[in-house]
Amino acid sequence: MIRSTLRRVTPQLIILALILALNMVMFPGFFHVEVHNGRLFGNLIDVLNRGAPVALLSVGMTLVIATRGIDLSVGAVMAISGAVAASVITGGASWIVAVLAALGAGALCGLWNGVLVAVLRIQPIVATLVLMVAGRGIAQLLTEGAILTFNDPGLVRLGGGTILSLPTPIWIWIGVAALVGLVVRRSALGLLIEATGINERSARLAGINARVLLIAVYLVAGLCAALAGVVVAADIRGADANNAGLWMELDAILAVVIGGTSLLGGRFSITASLLGALIIQSVNSAILMSGMAVEFNLVIKAVIIITILVIQSPRVRHWIYLLRASSGPGPMPRQPASRTPKIEEGRP
Amino acid sequence: MQSDPKPVLHATGISKFFPGVIALDDVELQLYPGEVHALLGENGAGKSTLIKCLTGAYPRDAGVIMLDGAEINPKDPLSSQAAGIGTVYQEVNLLSNLSVAENLFLGRQPRRFGMIDQRRMLRDSKDILAQYGLSIDPAQLLSSYSIAIQQIVAIARAVELSGKVLILDEPTASLDREEVELMFSVIRRLTARGLAVVFITHFLDQVLAICDRATILRNGCVVGTRKLAEVTQTEIVTLMLGRQLEAATHHHERRETGDVLLSLRGFGKRGAIEPFDLDIHTGEVVGMAGLLGSGRTETCNAIFGAQPADQGEARLRGSPLRISTPREAIRNRIALCPEDRKTEGIVGDLSVRENIILSLQARQGWYRPLPRAKIEEIAQSYVKALDIRLANLDTPIRLLSGGNQQKALLARWLATEPQLLILDEPTRGIDVGAHAEIIALIERLRTQGMALLVASSEMEELVAYSTKIVVLRDRRQVGALTGDDISPNAIIRAIAAEEEPRA
Repeated sequence: MIRSTLRRVTPQLIILALILALNMVMFPGFFHVEVHNGRLFGNLIDVLNRGAPVALLSVGMTLVIATRGIDLSVGAVMAISGAVAASVITGGASWIVAVLAALGAGALCGLWNGVLVAVLRIQPIVATLVLMVAGRGIAQLLTEGAILTFNDPGLVRLGGGTILSLPTPIWIWIGVAALVGLVVRRSALGLLIEATGINERSARLAGINARVLLIAVYLVAGLCAALAGVVVAADIRGADANNAGLWMELDAILAVVIGGTSLLGGRFSITASLLGALIIQSVNSAILMSGMAVEFNLVIKAVIIITILVIQSPRVRHWIYLLRASSGPGPMPRQPASRTPKIEEGRP
Repeated sequence: MQSDPKPVLHATGISKFFPGVIALDDVELQLYPGEVHALLGENGAGKSTLIKCLTGAYPRDAGVIMLDGAEINPKDPLSSQAAGIGTVYQEVNLLSNLSVAENLFLGRQPRRFGMIDQRRMLRDSKDILAQYGLSIDPAQLLSSYSIAIQQIVAIARAVELSGKVLILDEPTASLDREEVELMFSVIRRLTARGLAVVFITHFLDQVLAICDRATILRNGCVVGTRKLAEVTQTEIVTLMLGRQLEAATHHHERRETGDVLLSLRGFGKRGAIEPFDLDIHTGEVVGMAGLLGSGRTETCNAIFGAQPADQGEARLRGSPLRISTPREAIRNRIALCPEDRKTEGIVGDLSVRENIILSLQARQGWYRPLPRAKIEEIAQSYVKALDIRLANLDTPIRLLSGGNQQKALLARWLATEPQLLILDEPTRGIDVGAHAEIIALIERLRTQGMALLVASSEMEELVAYSTKIVVLRDRRQVGALTGDDISPNAIIRAIAAEEEPRA
């Protein structure tokens, strides 16, 4: 299982390693990590920390895209959940209640999307566009147009605190990803999601409850977005309905695409999407550190993404395959041996 | 017609590799003007791959294609069409929401003052269709005509656009006898004009009726090219299979069947199938005969809940049963192997292993995953029992040939241990070898006490395995045959009997 996952994410690992190596050449101190007041500091920690919102979003987005859907509303849902958390906490409730309320709002948003897609059969891109547009308005209504600030130490800790000297957001995204990944892969959920994404009609006729499955993935996407919204709000100690999560749905989709999950649905890898999120964040911080104008960020990102997509395109893969085949022994390459014997090879 | 020594199309050394599979290995194909050339082989022999390489739908990995003495290198079906190779597939590749004339002239409509000249388009369409012996109104929507007419329109379009070589990939698969004759007359007109026609089909009698020569493929290699006037059917089958086929005919002893398993009374769905009564016993194969569109598939879907019935009642072992979704059917251990394998059966990108256990897993629920060892055991045992040929259980099922896909789907349903197995056209579009194996499997399942409902358009096949046959026409049950009454002639009489009062 671990071996096959490793093989699956090799391209993403290589790309991430290349970008990190490039960062180190440009900024020799990039990998330097030090402890200040019991908190780890360093560029690497920063990538992991700043990457938290997109990483969280990409977990839910991976599942949605695997069903051949897409969720454009996650950025707006972040704004809503941040606003809900902020208004609950300024109302005097405890931070736990605020987080639960934010998660509830996210779940509601996910449910809304899921029902539009699975029950009313509206195309996902249209169905989630509704909330993408309306969601930010709802968030602004909640904050009454202002940036709702708060100072509750419990809530602030979720964005700026540390656990075992590591910033809390890192723990949150790793924890959520591990939880969702485990549930999906240890149960049969992953298989059923993939089957639905590849051929929904066949999946239904094979007895898969595609409707409930679709609602569930949008629900998970909503919950992940809510958590991301709380982290962002806690980080700036306020809910900014205008800017929280703005365009972040696109970064999340990008992370999934870089992770190699097809927008046509089917086979997915949460690990690969997380690496995609980290790749995006490393590029972001490299550009920030280089002191280049922020405008360059978008162009450079585009170049990197096109490169990655070209490498992953079926045609280039077939060329690579043929190239390997012609240099290897014999006229025809064998199908890579099945997993089981490989594990046995590694044993002695 | 072989007097002309220059081939119009000469492909040599065509090779194509897929991961782990040599799909085509150094294949040669020669076509002469005015001949009908059959491309024969079992499923997975490489017929479709060869066609796709010739038309550029797949990039080939080696080989040269000469058309009229000049090398061509088609990058996609459009460029091969422009070079002179037209293709018509089993599924009509036209736009059914446009008129016949628009389909014929799409992309090259005659213009007048920059506007489409409707009148000229209709007139020209009429002329073109007349060459094919069709006198239909080209202003009507394509979808208002039968599949056979649509096929001929597709052929007309392909010939108009290309005009040297016409490839017909299973054009007769969904046609009835008269329509096949119509298709043949069209093919003869075309060869008389000097076109070379490649004809792919699983019906050997059609090959012998229309084709001049045949190239036989096996496992991606050419095993022979023969003039059909000089060989027997047995020789061709032996070449295709690489072994002698045992006579598939067997006399069926009509054994006693068990208890009533499923009992339907006044069961039907408005607009799909008229209410009917049917009893299916354990250890019984109920065959469903009828022409295309007679309501066979609708009946299967109504019982399985894919298009749930809206009238009548069903009883399973005596207790009332209401099925409104496939999930409910599966929970009651009813299984359906659908007619359209590609869109309703397989989940293409999933492995064969995952496809086999999919329904069992779906019934168990997502929170109770089958253990790995169990999955492996189930998949292995069915691959062995049904002789599914594959490189590896991890192979995506879409890479398998039609016959092997069908067997994997049967494995999916057998793994759920159904008490009633509904098979809709289980042998459509699969090769001779797999065909015989599936018929033997139906027989084996019946003797093990399973109840089966099998819809098929092949009467000999139905006669071979059915203990009872219901005949459908125009979405209505029009007759039932049991015991010694079952014969192909009796079925035909039952279908035709309904026609007389109409005439």
